[in-house]
Amino acid sequence: MGSHSVVDQLKKNQILELLEQGKRVDGRGLDEARDVSIEINAIPKANGSARVRLGDTEVVCGVKIQPDRPFPDMGDKGIFICTAELLPLSHPTVETGPPGPDVIELARVVDRGIRESHMVDLSQLVIEQDKSVVGVFADNVVVDYDGNLFDACSYAATGALLSSQTPKWNMVDDVPTLVEGEESPIPITTIPVSVTMGKIGNHIIVDPNGDEWGCMDARITITTDSDGNICALQKGGYDGFTLEEIVKCGETSVKVGSQIREKLKAVQSGGQ
Amino acid sequence: MGGREATMVLLDENGIRCDGRKVDEPRRIMIRAGGLKNADGSAYIEFGDNKILVGVFGPRDVHPKHMSDTDTGILRVRYHMEPFSVGERKNPAPSRREIEISKVIKEALEPAVMLEKFPRTAVDVFIEVLQADGGTRCAALTAASVALADAGIPMRDMVAAIAAGKVADTVILDVNNEEDQAGQADMPIGYMPSLEKVTLMQLDGVLTPEEYKKCVEVGIEGCKLVYDLQKKALNDKYFGNGDN
Repeated sequence: MGSHSVVDQLKKNQILELLEQGKRVDGRGLDEARDVSIEINAIPKANGSARVRLGDTEVVCGVKIQPDRPFPDMGDKGIFICTAELLPLSHPTVETGPPGPDVIELARVVDRGIRESHMVDLSQLVIEQDKSVVGVFADNVVVDYDGNLFDACSYAATGALLSSQTPKWNMVDDVPTLVEGEESPIPITTIPVSVTMGKIGNHIIVDPNGDEWGCMDARITITTDSDGNICALQKGGYDGFTLEEIVKCGETSVKVGSQIREKLKAVQSGGQ
Repeated sequence: MGGREATMVLLDENGIRCDGRKVDEPRRIMIRAGGLKNADGSAYIEFGDNKILVGVFGPRDVHPKHMSDTDTGILRVRYHMEPFSVGERKNPAPSRREIEISKVIKEALEPAVMLEKFPRTAVDVFIEVLQADGGTRCAALTAASVALADAGIPMRDMVAAIAAGKVADTVILDVNNEEDQAGQADMPIGYMPSLEKVTLMQLDGVLTPEEYKKCVEVGIEGCKLVYDLQKKALNDKYFGNGDN
């Protein structure tokens, strides 16, 4: 991931020099995210899918929906699991093999943001209580890397979920059986949006690109819901934040998040 | 938070929590510096019913060698839970959760440790959770700071940690296991009180922007209480009556 990509000292100096003047390497404002493009139903075999570009970072997310056994203490809830994987074609430093701590953190933070917002109403995804429930699996794959995978994966998963159609199952002889021809959108309660901010020196920037990601000192990812509440947060990196910075980042995440939520809403209403 | 229904009263009409605490009252905290013979530094913490042991080794040679950095020392952290530390036996292999927590604690400690003084070396922090009861990452981070100081590793500050959270629409300090499972939000915070910097912060659960600010403030105040106990533990060992 970005923390391993080598940004030479010159580049870091240039990024810092520009930030001193309130500018960024790619000309954006400090609290301006890159352009987001969301293409839904890119993978028709999935129950829902999205291909998201955030600047030059590109992520494909597919949602698969299938009957599953409930977790032992959650017999009245469906299952939601979100994963993320870095494909070796996304960056020269990415290797195959089991995921390292960076990728595990990525997957868990993206999952947590969507889960804690209660975006998918899991209580409506029960086929028969304690026996069989609907499992919703949102799997992200990163195909091209240019920083800030947290937000790119989050938007891809959210877009894919918004476009998802779930089949219907009935219990026949204790076996969940598909009811042909009955598909409906999955129950959605809110649209979570994650906004990641990087800290370079004393500057805080929204949606760091690959070069910025490679030289930033700390980061904070904050997920907000449609009501403007904060529902998940993760700090990372080897520097800290002051109380004032944390409060400011909270405000920024609500503001920037609402702009991006409009794009996701367009996906929802324009769903094919 | 976990989506489970609250079957117990998390906060009664007198503002008393399920374990008898007030909203801004932490659990009983006992920190001991030292205790392990072979480690270069160590600490033991009891944080409510959490029992955690931390051992620090280094600065020492880096193995494998390619991990070493010619500009600075590196910090390596392993957070690990014993199979017997929780209700149902836990698989002893490191879970994804433990790998994430190891990373988060490492990044919380890095700003405090003057690693640049020891290029090409590693400082290893081993955290063993003997018994878990909600808030292990905060207790572990608190103890790890004391163990690093006990090892004599130069530090800018110690990191103190505690969680703030929300139950029954009320912001509380030091979320216990029941409150974590059935409550509305959990926000672990690690803070360097002298440098006034938050180095660990996570949140799950829904908060309004006002509650969010309140949680951070309550958490930081809680960290200051923990900080005093960290200093006391070191003071007891190095300037006490020598019973350590």
